[in-house]
Amino acid sequence: MSALLSGTGLVRGYGSTPALRGVDLAIDEGEIVAVTGPSGCGKSTLLHCLAGILRLDAGTVTYREQDIGLWSEAARSRLRRTDFGVLFQFGQLVPELTAVENVALPLLLAGTGRREARQGALGWLDRLGVADLAEQRPGAMSGGQQQRCATARALVTEPRVLFADEPTGALDVLTGEQVLGEIVGVARERGMAVVLVTHETSVAAYADREIALRDGVLDPTGLGLGVTR
Amino acid sequence: MSTAHVLLGLLSGGPRHGYDLKRAHDERLPRAKPLAFGQVYATLGRLERDGFVAEAGQERDGGPDRTSYTITDEGRRHLDTWLSAIEPPAPYVTSELFSKVVVALLAADAGRARDFLVAQRAAHMSRMRELTTAKSAPGASVGDVVAADYSIGHLEADLRWLQTTLARVADLQKEVTS
Repeated sequence: MSALLSGTGLVRGYGSTPALRGVDLAIDEGEIVAVTGPSGCGKSTLLHCLAGILRLDAGTVTYREQDIGLWSEAARSRLRRTDFGVLFQFGQLVPELTAVENVALPLLLAGTGRREARQGALGWLDRLGVADLAEQRPGAMSGGQQQRCATARALVTEPRVLFADEPTGALDVLTGEQVLGEIVGVARERGMAVVLVTHETSVAAYADREIALRDGVLDPTGLGLGVTR
Repeated sequence: MSTAHVLLGLLSGGPRHGYDLKRAHDERLPRAKPLAFGQVYATLGRLERDGFVAEAGQERDGGPDRTSYTITDEGRRHLDTWLSAIEPPAPYVTSELFSKVVVALLAADAGRARDFLVAQRAAHMSRMRELTTAKSAPGASVGDVVAADYSIGHLEADLRWLQTTLARVADLQKEVTS
């Protein structure tokens, strides 16, 4: 069986600074993979390349046996609305929209009807324990509440792959545990794959396996983790 | 770890016999080393000798006679003193991990110490994944979660140490072999 998502010879730099220097990896359906490493090791760049947000300088990203690097920006953008979910450290909710409108947004963009999108959004807000905030705007919520809404928004389309970049980095331990618990729960229930970028070992422990990076390449020892150069 | 104090704590809710104490101990302290029956009776014997517990009677339900014990007033005072006493915060470094790194440098070289650190990290991560899975499992009791949190926190500290020590192996070797 071929992998759901794979990267081969991934290279990406910023100006003259290399961030990824030839990374190979493969992720199966339903698998939770932690991408770890010290600050600046290339883990966020790897996530952005795999999600088709950043273009590669060299290498290929294959999703369900298709080279998504060959796709147009519009096609990749569509893929991110239908098959991929993205969650960052700071929720990045739309400040003008209420919680339920924020969570319903990906469904509306994917063509779901207004009422159905709202129902779906309310269900996920409930699951994340923030249903009572449905009509609040992000400015009226705590950081933890915003991140739970952002998690609901990332999961509402029931993606095949969730890309989460330090999703609990700004949260207290117990809120972080709840967010991770829901992500893992959805992965186990629906076979969603998760790419979980983190620099914390206790977060990496939620994954089935760990891919450690150091200076833009794989670090088979994993010991680059947390050690700044 | 003081088994005697845990037994006194269990008895402060009312008299119990040895078998019951063993069961309650293992239930209340999940992931602690299960208590051996011999240890329960030996500890009860010492507590009785010191006047902290007293026999409360014999119980028989089909099987052999079971002696139940009750905590005495003196036992309660003793337990209270223990609960109020602050534990010394890690006065000595007695870690097997630390010793192995130093001995690897003395008996072999930096490569041997690094190999150990890498292998130990993998084992620590694997144990941490097991504990994280156990505490996130549906139906995990609060006791399970709290016990797993304790182990996870300590493993995390070890992992941080393993990683920073790797970065210091070369310098440590110079010091150890100078």
